[in-house]
Amino acid sequence: MQRELFEPKIVGFFCNWCSYRAADGAGTARMKHSPNVRVIRLMCSGRVDPCFVLKALARGADGVLIAGCHPGECHYIEQNYKTIRRYTLLKHLLHQLGISERRVRLVWASAAEAAHLTEAIDEMVEEIRTLGPLNWSANLAEDSGHLDAVERILLEHQQALEVSR
Amino acid sequence: MVNVVIDGKRIAAEEGLTVLEAARRAGIHIPTLCHHESLAPYGACRFCIVEVTQRGKTRLMTSCTLPVSQGQEIQTATEKVMRIRRMLAELMLARCPASRTVRAIAADVGVKKSRFRALSDAVCQACGACERRRNGLSTIVGEAGCILCGMCVRLCDDVLKIGALAFEGRGANRQVTTPFREMTEVCMVCGACSSICPTHAIEHHRIRPREPQPIPSEFEEGLTSRKPIYVPFPQAVPNVPVIDPVHCTHFKTGGCNVCEDNCEVQAINHAMQDEIREIEVGNIILATGWDLFDCRRIPQYGYGRLPNVFTSLEFERMCNASGPTGGRIVLRDGVTEPKSVCIVHCVGSRDAHYNQYCSSICCMLSLKLGHLVMEKTQAKVYACYIDMRPNKKDYEEFYQRLLEEGMLFVRGKVAEVTDVARFPHEEGKLIVQVEDTLLGKQRRIPVDMVVLMGALEPRHDAREIGLKAGISCGAAGWFIERHPKLDPVATMTDGVFIAGACQGPKDIPDSVAQGAAAAARVQGLITKGTVMIEPVVATVDEQRCSGCRICNNLCPFNAIAFVADDAVSRINAVLCKGCGTCVAACPAGAIAGSHFANEQVEAEIEGLLWDAHGNGSWAEGEELAPAGVPNNEL
Repeated sequence: MQRELFEPKIVGFFCNWCSYRAADGAGTARMKHSPNVRVIRLMCSGRVDPCFVLKALARGADGVLIAGCHPGECHYIEQNYKTIRRYTLLKHLLHQLGISERRVRLVWASAAEAAHLTEAIDEMVEEIRTLGPLNWSANLAEDSGHLDAVERILLEHQQALEVSR
Repeated sequence: MVNVVIDGKRIAAEEGLTVLEAARRAGIHIPTLCHHESLAPYGACRFCIVEVTQRGKTRLMTSCTLPVSQGQEIQTATEKVMRIRRMLAELMLARCPASRTVRAIAADVGVKKSRFRALSDAVCQACGACERRRNGLSTIVGEAGCILCGMCVRLCDDVLKIGALAFEGRGANRQVTTPFREMTEVCMVCGACSSICPTHAIEHHRIRPREPQPIPSEFEEGLTSRKPIYVPFPQAVPNVPVIDPVHCTHFKTGGCNVCEDNCEVQAINHAMQDEIREIEVGNIILATGWDLFDCRRIPQYGYGRLPNVFTSLEFERMCNASGPTGGRIVLRDGVTEPKSVCIVHCVGSRDAHYNQYCSSICCMLSLKLGHLVMEKTQAKVYACYIDMRPNKKDYEEFYQRLLEEGMLFVRGKVAEVTDVARFPHEEGKLIVQVEDTLLGKQRRIPVDMVVLMGALEPRHDAREIGLKAGISCGAAGWFIERHPKLDPVATMTDGVFIAGACQGPKDIPDSVAQGAAAAARVQGLITKGTVMIEPVVATVDEQRCSGCRICNNLCPFNAIAFVADDAVSRINAVLCKGCGTCVAACPAGAIAGSHFANEQVEAEIEGLLWDAHGNGSWAEGEELAPAGVPNNEL
């Protein structure tokens, strides 16, 4: 039986000014890259609500790529710093859910860095390919045995927080 | 006001003036040798002697040191005075026969020859006493002979406040010398003493072993020097001199106010400080230009090492009639005309090691320079190019004309410029090693002069300036335009425009066009009276807002304000730029971001993942990820 290569589905949240234009630039320059990232354009990476990321994963995405302007170069001055804050907290949440944090990546790419963005996309696609499909509904549904393991992690996490307080 | 009579003329002179100053202001001529407006009068040369009659007594006095006083009667050219002056002239001529200043003053008083023997005469050197005295005592004076006028001392000591020179000794042993008659570090090698010395007697190497270091003129690309006070270039706006505080002696020693003292309109103020002004504007145009590629980065072309390798800008200044050579094309020695010139294209452009891009103007510039060389000299002109890019109106025709006029074009990228000759005919020349790709041969072309067409590069501080104005630079460092084809002068930031080479290498007509375009855009914005804003704004649903104020500090444009009376936050739609950060942050979901609302984004997510509802893409029949995943990680 022929084993097809697993093609990850990655949802990308790109900011309008830098990273979306970088992606556009990659297209204009006919750069070749893996087609697995499905892009949603937002005005700023600061618009990315962590719920969007979770929604994408729950809907069947294997990974999420958030891309924005370099810190210090945000079109709205400093909103990408807020993205960093939210992303950091989101990683904690993912860990609690038992989802590898390598599935949600934050990348900075300026409008001229089409090549850099293309490389980041290719890298991420390969990484998710190695990780395999997320299968949210199968693994994180209420009646899967997986939840016990997750609850254990949750308890560990709580205890860790108590100790450090 | 004091009333005096000079040569029979009644003159009312201000109190405090000297007789010399009063006479000169009245148009009466009195010769002087050791007088200078910037120096305190000294009375050393005695040429300005006049006969002064006051209260019945007549005396001979130096007019440069004598203040005017009521009732003086002065005669500036009596027989007695003239005899004295003539004797002085003869003595000076004997001492310094070569000095133009001394000969001029001698001629002024009617002396053509001196009855005294010159110091340099063979007869005089017979006993050697003068020679010994001259060599032993005088440490700084050369062959030309010092007349002890003291101008250098007064200048260095009193005016410039450096103090490297002073008088020493009395009578026949009097001389101008340095502290302890030794070479001194006090001397700043400014050259003021030698420039004021009327007999050119001062030899710098006896004062300090260091040569005066000229300040290279920035505008003339270092081909000539400038003073610390200078007009930057003929077309400077405003067209007034500026003072360079790094080199100006006043800032180093506290002395030397020569420029300020001599300015007739009191326009100079050394104590001026930088003024930082804050101006509120609605639009900014960045037209910050370009920097020339540093040709020393390509050592095999020899710039900076081989004297007769020039950059395009240096050559431009040389060809210019207002430049350092007056438009003459000469080698670095300033004298020799080259018999052959080679122009090297694409130095630092179209090069994987330096800049990938084409600098756009150099092909035409090199054709222009080549044509100028052929016009001004008889030199043979070579141009080594990769591609010829005369790409505008009449440019190709100019290239054809040059081909007909006999300019020699070699298609090949120059490998090396060297002075190491391999054959006798290459001795003393610069050899350009290039592969002539049309002939399929390596060529060694011996020339006298090489001109490098350096690349245009973004300004070294372009990124910094861009960030301050809120725009960014592309990969090559040029400012990013809003759209490369459809909007080349606007940027992503409203109200900030770019024009000229800072947007990308271009020639003068294009720069002018972009400048006009940017100005017109700004003009349009200003005169319209209304501003179009993006429809992407956020609004607060005041029913849902709990007044937690988390959103207040998130807005860099201060668009969100907390309205205490209503205990809700409210967004100013004009200030809001629509980034959506507050929308994502609101814990109650009370802020709606138009056009990028939560529902819209979620719908997009669902749409994008239409084919991925929970199932993986392993091949059919394969078990999906087993339960109890190791590491508890998915």
